[in-house]
Amino acid sequence: MSAPLATEERSVVLEVRDLSVSYGKVEALHGLSLRVHRGEIVTVIGPNGAGKTTLLSALIGLLPLRGDLVYLGERQSAGRSVEQLVRQGMTLVPEKRELFAEMSVSDNLLLGAFDRYRAGHRDQLETIDHVFDIFPRLMERREQMAGTLSGGERQMLAMGRALMAKPRLLLLDEPSLGLAPLVIREIFRTIAHLRSIGVAMLLVEQNARAALQVADYAYVLETGNISLEGPSGSLASDPRVIESYLGLGGRH
Amino acid sequence: MDLQIALLLGQDGVTNGAIYALLALALVLVFAVTRVIFIPQGEFVAFGALTLASLQAGRLPGTVWLLLAMGTAIALIEGATAVRARRFRRLPLILLLNCGAPLLLAASLLAVSPAGLPLPVQVLLTLMLVVPLAPMLYRLAYQPIAEASVLALLIVSVAVHVTLTGLGLVFFGAEGSRTPAFTDASFALGDAVLQGQTVLVIVASILLIVALYFFFERTLYGKALRATAMNRTGARLMGISGDLAGLLSFTLAGAIGAFSGVLISPITTIYYDSGFLIGLKGFVGAIIGGLASYPLAAAGAVLVGFLEAYSSFWASAFKEVIVFTLIIPVLLWRSLKTRHVEEA
Repeated sequence: MSAPLATEERSVVLEVRDLSVSYGKVEALHGLSLRVHRGEIVTVIGPNGAGKTTLLSALIGLLPLRGDLVYLGERQSAGRSVEQLVRQGMTLVPEKRELFAEMSVSDNLLLGAFDRYRAGHRDQLETIDHVFDIFPRLMERREQMAGTLSGGERQMLAMGRALMAKPRLLLLDEPSLGLAPLVIREIFRTIAHLRSIGVAMLLVEQNARAALQVADYAYVLETGNISLEGPSGSLASDPRVIESYLGLGGRH
Repeated sequence: MDLQIALLLGQDGVTNGAIYALLALALVLVFAVTRVIFIPQGEFVAFGALTLASLQAGRLPGTVWLLLAMGTAIALIEGATAVRARRFRRLPLILLLNCGAPLLLAASLLAVSPAGLPLPVQVLLTLMLVVPLAPMLYRLAYQPIAEASVLALLIVSVAVHVTLTGLGLVFFGAEGSRTPAFTDASFALGDAVLQGQTVLVIVASILLIVALYFFFERTLYGKALRATAMNRTGARLMGISGDLAGLLSFTLAGAIGAFSGVLISPITTIYYDSGFLIGLKGFVGAIIGGLASYPLAAAGAVLVGFLEAYSSFWASAFKEVIVFTLIIPVLLWRSLKTRHVEEA
C-alpha cells in the first residue's frame, strides 16, 4: 500500500494467465486470463455452473490450479497454501459466508485479524472500529451470536471479518446471494465505498446488473471460458450481455 | 457402610473424578479441533507419572530418548521440505527447535542430578520432557493424514497407543512407581480425615480448568481453536491453518495428560500401561458430553469417578464393568435424543 502509484501504468494486483482448474478428470475452467489493478473492482459475471466459485476457490488456494498466477508482482508457486495467500493480503468472502456460528459478532471479527495478530500486529481493536464505521449494524449486534443474524447481517459480518485482515485484494463470492433487494443495494454501496478507500476487489456475481453498475471492468464467464470482457459500462450496453444477463429493460 | 467410609470413598471419587475430568476435556478438545479420538491421552498420564518417578529415583527417564528420536525425525522431514522449497534460511530454526532443545534438555539432565532438585523443578522438568511429545506425535502421525476420515484417524490412534505402551515398558520397566506425596498435611472433616494430596489434586484441577476457560474465551489463539472446531474452512480463510490448530490442541492435551500424571502419581501406583484405563475413564466422561460439550464431559467424568469409588466398595470385582457399562444407557439416551439433521 505504501508504494507510489505509477504515473501511467496502474499497478497490477493480480494477473492470471491461462488458468485451468480440474475436478479429477473434469476440467471446470479452461485457460482463462484476467487482471485486477489496484483500487479497482473487477467483476466476473455468468450463469450458474459457469465456474465462478471454482475460480475464486482456486485463486485463494483451496483448489489446485494450472497456469500462471502473479500476485503483487510475485509469481505464485503451484504448492501455495491458503495461509500463505492470507499472509500476503488476499482474502476470500465465500459464498457460504463460513462464519463461526456459535461465537459473537465481535469474536468473529477479531478472528479476521488472527493472521495479522500472529504476524505481530496488535492493531485489531483499531481495525474493528473501522469495520464498525463501515457496518454500523455489526456494532449494534456485536454481542450477538453470528448464527442468529439475518442473511444481510451475515454477509456484512463475512465482509467485515475479511476486512479485519486489511486485505490488498478482496475476493467476493456472490455477496448478493439470497438477500432482499434493499439489502443488496446496501451491500453494493459498501463495495463501492471499499474501492474509495483503496481495496482492490474481484467480485463474482450472478446479479449482473448490480455487479456491472459497481465494477470498473467485467468478464463474462460461460462454461469455463471467458466469452466477453471489457469496461463494465460498455459491457452493460453490449446486446449479448443485455439479452443473456440483463433481460428486457436492462438499459433505461 | 457408615458415614466415615462414605466420606472416604467420596474423597476417592472426587480425586479420580477431577483427573478424569481433565482428561475428558482434553479428549473433547482434540476431537473437536482435529477429529482425532486421542486414545494415547492416557499414555501421557503414565509417562508424566513415571518420568517424575524416574527423576526422583535419580535415573534418566526413557522419555528423553523418545523426545530426541522424534525431534530428529521431524527435523529430517521439515529439513527436506525446506531444502526442496529452497528455503535454506529456515534450516537453523528447524534444527534448533527439534534437535537443539531436546539435546539441551538431555544434557542438563545428565549434568545435574535431578534427584536432588526441589519438587517444583522436578515437575517442571517432567512437563518439559513429556508435553512436547504430543505436538511431535501430531506432526509425525496425524498431520500427514489430517484430512482422512475419523475412522482412519482412530486406527492411527490405536497404533500410536500400542506403540507408546510398548515404549513405556522399555523405558520404565514392568514395575510400578509411586512418588512421595506433595504434602503431608491433612484436615479433620468430622470423623473423616481429608488428605492434603486430595485437596491439592482438586484445587489444581479446578485451577487448570479455569485457566483453560480463560484461554478459550479471552485469548485470540483460544478463539482460533474454537473457530477451527466450528468451521474449518472459515478458519483456514482467516489464516488459521489446520496444522497450527492441531499442534496447539495436541500440546494442550499433552500438557493436561502429563500434569494429571504428576498429580495422581502420589495417590496410585502407576505402571507403564496404567494410562490406558485412566484415559478410557476420561473417555467415558467425554462420551457423556457427546464428545462436544466441555461442561457435560467434565460432569460425566466426575460421575465416573464417584461410580468407580462406590462400586469398588460394594462390588469391587465388577468395578470396571460397572463404569464402562455406563456408556450403554448414555449412548442409547444420546441416540434417541439427537436428531440427525443434514447440514445446510
